[in-house]
Amino acid sequence: MRAPASASAIRTVGLRRVYRLRGGEPVVALDGIDLDVRRGELFGVLGPNGAGKTTLIKILVTLLAPTEGTAQVDGLDVVRDFRALRPRIAMVSGGENSGYGMLSVREQLWMFSQFYGLPSRPVKARIDEYLHRLGLFEARDRAVSALSSGMRQKMNLIRGLITDPRVLFLDEPTVALDVGAARDVRVEVRRWMDENADRTVILTTHHMAEADELCDRIAIVNRGRIAALDTPAALKGAVESETTVDLDVGAGDDILATLRAVDGVVGATIRAGETAEQLTVILSGDAVLGRVITTIEAHGRDVLTLRKREATLEEAFVRLVGSGIDEADR
Amino acid sequence: MNRLFLRTIIARAYPRVLGFYRRPSWLFMEFAVPVIGTLAMVYVYRGLGAPERFLGFAVLGGAMLAFWQNVLWSMATQLYWDRDGGNLELYVIAPTSLVPVSLGMAFGAVFPTALRAAVVIAFGSIAFHVHYASGALLPAIGIFGLTLTCLYGMGMTLGSVFLFYGRDAWHLANAMQEPVYLLSGLYFPVRALGGFAALGAAVIPMTLGLDAMRQLLLPGSVQLLPLGVEAAILGIQLAAFAVCAQVGLTVMERLARRDGRLVSRAM
Ligand SMILES: Nc1ncnc2c1ncn2[C@@H]1O[C@H](COP(=O)(O)OP(=O)(O)OP(=O)(O)O)[C@@H](O)[C@H]1O
Ligand SMILES: [Mg+2]
Repeated sequence: MRAPASASAIRTVGLRRVYRLRGGEPVVALDGIDLDVRRGELFGVLGPNGAGKTTLIKILVTLLAPTEGTAQVDGLDVVRDFRALRPRIAMVSGGENSGYGMLSVREQLWMFSQFYGLPSRPVKARIDEYLHRLGLFEARDRAVSALSSGMRQKMNLIRGLITDPRVLFLDEPTVALDVGAARDVRVEVRRWMDENADRTVILTTHHMAEADELCDRIAIVNRGRIAALDTPAALKGAVESETTVDLDVGAGDDILATLRAVDGVVGATIRAGETAEQLTVILSGDAVLGRVITTIEAHGRDVLTLRKREATLEEAFVRLVGSGIDEADR
Repeated sequence: MNRLFLRTIIARAYPRVLGFYRRPSWLFMEFAVPVIGTLAMVYVYRGLGAPERFLGFAVLGGAMLAFWQNVLWSMATQLYWDRDGGNLELYVIAPTSLVPVSLGMAFGAVFPTALRAAVVIAFGSIAFHVHYASGALLPAIGIFGLTLTCLYGMGMTLGSVFLFYGRDAWHLANAMQEPVYLLSGLYFPVRALGGFAALGAAVIPMTLGLDAMRQLLLPGSVQLLPLGVEAAILGIQLAAFAVCAQVGLTVMERLARRDGRLVSRAM
């Protein structure tokens, strides 16, 4: 069965997913997602913890049924045509502990390729090629249980690539990786995309820089809804008229909620530093800065340093979601 | 049977067979524990002054125990553990299906388990001079194969039940362990339970299989049912479990997708 020649790699209409737990309140993980991802796109999904990113991916890879709405991947309905769809997709999740610890890296990759029915000999050659590419060839005979998390994650990525999926789903593929390993993963994803214009990647992430650098378009998801969807440049452009200020403030009471309530403050986030806390506020104009400083000092906290800067994707995110991405449940 | 099906079976059996070689500590668990258990039963019979035949009983039962434990612990609970490790998700989204995945687990397990059963039989026979009716060896092997296939069919069926009911089913299986040993007559002729209880116990394929094998190998054993009837019932059970396993896995997958239970998340 061939997919209808459609320009969309993914289309969802009014996608909703509600989890019902025994004895608990139902959780609305997705609340009406409309998406249209083009073939050949590297599409990012950015959102705070619990936004529904993983739920969206699990529905698209046929692991989870939508509660309402429809989703098509590569022209095939994820509920009705799931059998025809499965050979065309792959999923790799960050921090995944899949496989069997006593297998070697090569054996494990071969094992998973067999679930796609790939002939052993060519697939083994392909595995070696990818192992070289990701710098894992030396570790090819090492037991999976003896890999570092960076190596394991690269091995998992290879698992997703060797079956040559038309749409590849990456759920936080660089989570918990050091800078070098994360870069290797990003470089390989980009390279794999560039190899064939028909390939599509959906990637969820917490890293703003990663989304900015890698993705053609980004959907910012919050509480199960799409808060914004555009290219990284356009998302940043939307906050350019606003002022972004970084402040180091001395320790003291929690001031985030008060600051967010100040007239003219579009968003605010805070990060704990060694001696001070680093505050980033987005203001509708320069004039608001005076009010912000007064508010901080009124809480008995000192403003140690203050810098104005260019808008980044992070500011766009804060502007849209109202809080920082790593600031769950505040 | 298509290639994907066969490749899946081989690939899924691979880590099982390999694990056996790569973890020598398993050797001890796999061989020493059942041998010791069988030994204990043999000495109980000896102490009671039971006829020699009963020693053969205990030895055959000990060998079969290896398979039962394997079915319950390795087959039925495997999908459940695979979910926690994230493997189940990968099996499900692959073009293959859970039936060959489960079959692969079964085949991978048969080899080491058969070795274990053979060790128990060899050890028991040499140490206690158990005599078997050697002419009945081939039919006995046939019954053994039938019983084994039945057991694995049961394991696959239980696999989907376990996956769906999670820890509750696991606790239940745990609690059922001892009664099953009793009912299936692992260590004594099941007929001793009384006719009806024994027939009830016959839903466990091991009960009939053991009884049939004992009739063949240890002439003079008390029989539960005539040999031919036992073999026929085993055949019917095999067909039933095959259907149950396939339907169970398919239905389970559909329900789990609806309820979010395929997703590896401890919630
Ligand atoms: N299997 C499940 N059962 C019940 N609730 C769930 C389940 N999976 C997710 N949820 C809930 O659904 C919501 C969305 O979760 P999801 O994992 O999709 O978010 P996420 O954006 O991937 O978050 P994270 O950044 O932490 O990975 C959360 O409130 C979560 O608690
Ligand atoms: Mg997630």
